[in-house]
Amino acid sequence: MSNIPENLRYSKDHEWVKVDGDVASIGITDYAQHSLGDVVYVDMPRVGDKFSTHEAFGSVESVKAVSEIFTPVAGEVVEVNDGLNDTPEKVNSDPYGDAWFVKIKMNNAGEADAMLSGEEYEEYLSANA
Amino acid sequence: MSSDNLKKTPLNAAHRELGGKMVDFGGWDMPVQYPSGVIEEHMATRTRAGLFDVSHMGEIWVEGEDAIPFINRLTTNDVTKLVDGQAHYSALTNDKGGVVDDLLVYRFDEDKLLLVVNAGTTEKDWDWITSHKKDEKVTLTNASADYCQIAVQGPDAIGILKKLTDTNLDEIKYYHFTTGKVDGVESIISRTGYTGEDGFEVYADAKFAEQLWNKLLEVGKPVGILPCGLAARNTLRLESAMSLYGHELSDDITPLEANLGWITKLQKGDFIGDDALKQKKESGLTRRIVGFEMTQPGIARDGFDVYIDDKRVGYVTSGSPAPFLKKNIGLAFLPLEFANDGQEIRIDVRGKHLSAKVVPTPFYKRQK
Repeated sequence: MSNIPENLRYSKDHEWVKVDGDVASIGITDYAQHSLGDVVYVDMPRVGDKFSTHEAFGSVESVKAVSEIFTPVAGEVVEVNDGLNDTPEKVNSDPYGDAWFVKIKMNNAGEADAMLSGEEYEEYLSANA
Repeated sequence: MSSDNLKKTPLNAAHRELGGKMVDFGGWDMPVQYPSGVIEEHMATRTRAGLFDVSHMGEIWVEGEDAIPFINRLTTNDVTKLVDGQAHYSALTNDKGGVVDDLLVYRFDEDKLLLVVNAGTTEKDWDWITSHKKDEKVTLTNASADYCQIAVQGPDAIGILKKLTDTNLDEIKYYHFTTGKVDGVESIISRTGYTGEDGFEVYADAKFAEQLWNKLLEVGKPVGILPCGLAARNTLRLESAMSLYGHELSDDITPLEANLGWITKLQKGDFIGDDALKQKKESGLTRRIVGFEMTQPGIARDGFDVYIDDKRVGYVTSGSPAPFLKKNIGLAFLPLEFANDGQEIRIDVRGKHLSAKVVPTPFYKRQK
C-alpha cells in the first residue's frame, strides 16, 4: 500500500502540500511516483512565476511516461528545488522529503485546508485507484 | 481495469506473482515492468542478465518441398542462403514494398522452416501468408499457442543457460540455433535477441513455460538475473537502434527507408514488392530513419514533430530516455537531405522546440 503521511494535505491529482505559514511546499505522492515508475526528468517553473489553482506548473517524466504536475493552491513560486534536476530519482525514493518540487506563497492560506486529509486521500485511493 | 478480454501467455500467473505491472500490449496482458523498475532491469541486462517472456510472439511453420522458394517469394532476405540451423532477420512486404511485418526465419532443414513474427501482427501475418500461397507445395501451421518463448539476454546469459543444458552453447554462433534439452525440456535454443546483448531465445512446449522461467530465475540468481518487462525490452532495443513494428516499420514504410537495405536482397529473384522497392531505390529515397540525441534537457516521445528552422520536416518514431547511455535518444523520420550525422534539429516537446542532433546508430554497441 501507499505511504500517506498524516501531516500533509492531498489533491485528487496526487499532489501533496505541506503548509508552513502562508508558504506551501508541493510534491507528488508515493502513489503517483509508483504509478509513474523510474523518474528521469522534472521540468519546473521559475521563482516568481504565478499560478492559479489547478494550473500545471511543471511536469515529471519517467522512462515510459510524462505527467503534468498541478498546483492545488494559487500563488507565487518563491523557491524551486533545483536539486531534482540532478537527482530526479529522489521523486521515487523520497517523495515526501527531498523531492518537494516548489514552494508557493499562497494567495489564500486557507486554500490548503480545503484539500484532502491523509485519511480522506487514502479513502479516495482505495475507491478510485 | 479488467484483463479478461486480453490474451495471456502461459507465464501470466508467474508475472503477477513477481509483482509485474500488467498492461494491455496489442491485446496481450503483459508485464511492463517488475518492482525493481525499468532502469534496473535495463542495467541488469546490459551488465549481467535479464529474463524476458516473449511467448506472445507468433510461430508459423512452413513445411514441404517448396518451403524455401515460398518464403523467398514473400520475404526480402535471401532464404536460399540459409543453412540448416541458421536463422535470419527479414521482412514480409506488400506490393508497394511496405512492411507487413518484420520476422525471423529459422531453417531446420530444406523443407522445414519456422517464421517467428510479432505478437500484435500474428493474425494479420497468418492471413497474409496463407492468402498468398499459390500452387507451392507447402503446409502452413500457426503454432503460436503451442509455444512459450523465453529470452535470456546479457553477458551472463550463456553462463546461466549452461547450467541447465548439456548442449554446447559455445558452438552456437550468433543467429544460429539448435534443438536440445533445457532443464530436461525439449527446446529450440537460438542465439538471438532484441536487446543488443549476447543471449538466447528458448522455445518450448507452452506447458513447460513456468518450469523454465522459474528455473532460469533460480540458477541466474547468484549472478543477479532480473525478470524484465516490456519497458526494458523497448529501451534496450532502442539503444541498439533496432526497429519496432508500428514505429520504424509499417505497411507504409519500406525496409529501405528503415535502414534495412541489408535484409533487402533485390537481386535474389522475384518477391512481393520487389519491383516497387527497385523503383524506389533507382529514383532515390525521399526519407529515412535517423538516430538523434537531445542536446537540451527534455525527452522526445513517439509521434513528436521534428523541425528544422521553423519548418516541420519529420516526426519521432521512437523516443525515450536511454538508461545505460544516460541520454535522451530517439529515432525519427527525416527527409534524405537532412538525414546526416551532426544535423541539428528541433523537437516539439509539448510546445517547446528543444534542440537535438542527428547521431550515428546504433547508439549502443556491446564490446565483443
